[in-house]
Amino acid sequence: MKKRRDVFQAIADPTRREILGLLANEPLNLNSITENFEMSRPAISQHIKVLDESGLVDIRNKGRKRFCYIRPQKIKKVEEWLEQFKELWEDRFNQLDQTLTNLNNEDQ
Amino acid sequence: MNNLTTNFVIDKKNHIVKIVRPFAAPKKNVWAAWTEPELLDQWWAPKPWKSETKIMNFKEGGRRLYAMVSSEGEKHWSLITYTSITPKTNFKCHDGFSDSEGNINEDMPQSDWNVNFVESEGITTVNIEIQHQQLSDLETIIEMGFKEGMTATLEQLSEVLTTKKNS
Repeated sequence: MKKRRDVFQAIADPTRREILGLLANEPLNLNSITENFEMSRPAISQHIKVLDESGLVDIRNKGRKRFCYIRPQKIKKVEEWLEQFKELWEDRFNQLDQTLTNLNNEDQ
Repeated sequence: MNNLTTNFVIDKKNHIVKIVRPFAAPKKNVWAAWTEPELLDQWWAPKPWKSETKIMNFKEGGRRLYAMVSSEGEKHWSLITYTSITPKTNFKCHDGFSDSEGNINEDMPQSDWNVNFVESEGITTVNIEIQHQQLSDLETIIEMGFKEGMTATLEQLSEVLTTKKNS
């Protein structure tokens, strides 16, 4: 049974975010990922393990090599994410409307 | 007033979020709501979070140290440094996560804000540009500042990573 790890914990580390960025372009094996960092192979391997356990990345065998893939079902549409961000600002602005209504009333 | 809608654009290439919103109020009041701590704290935090300003010195080089406080009393501190102020027209500032003493956490994303105010026929339009150092900072900003205030799931935070593939 694979250990389950929190997705945010996986994403909170800048190296792991960078690895995800690389994998978003194409599936890569451990060596090709390591080439992009000034870090040891075991250190990168540990980061990949965390990503694997979070479900963000899937590891599959391709011939003799093991490749890391981004899992599309975990990485949903950007538009949905933008909606959430927009919602935050809408909430904020609705509150600002109320603050301004109060200020306008004080002026009168 | 029914047409107070928010225009919202993310410029992924330049890591800039652009937000434009008109308000049914004179510019002096909108400016006050953005630059006076008692007013800012009324609206800045999305419910159920509260904004609590500890220190605010609104002048060039001045700082605002404030916390986003959850209903359980959990506090996320931020420090804003005002870099440029043109009264009732524009201010620019630098924003970062900090501790309660205002020491910036260099490991967390920081951003530069440019906030512009224009009044026309009793409507004041606020134009906000938030420049991030990198696109992935955006998701961390959202996670840190607004986690409980939003319905965003942690999975959704990772979505922005796919833009590298699509752009």
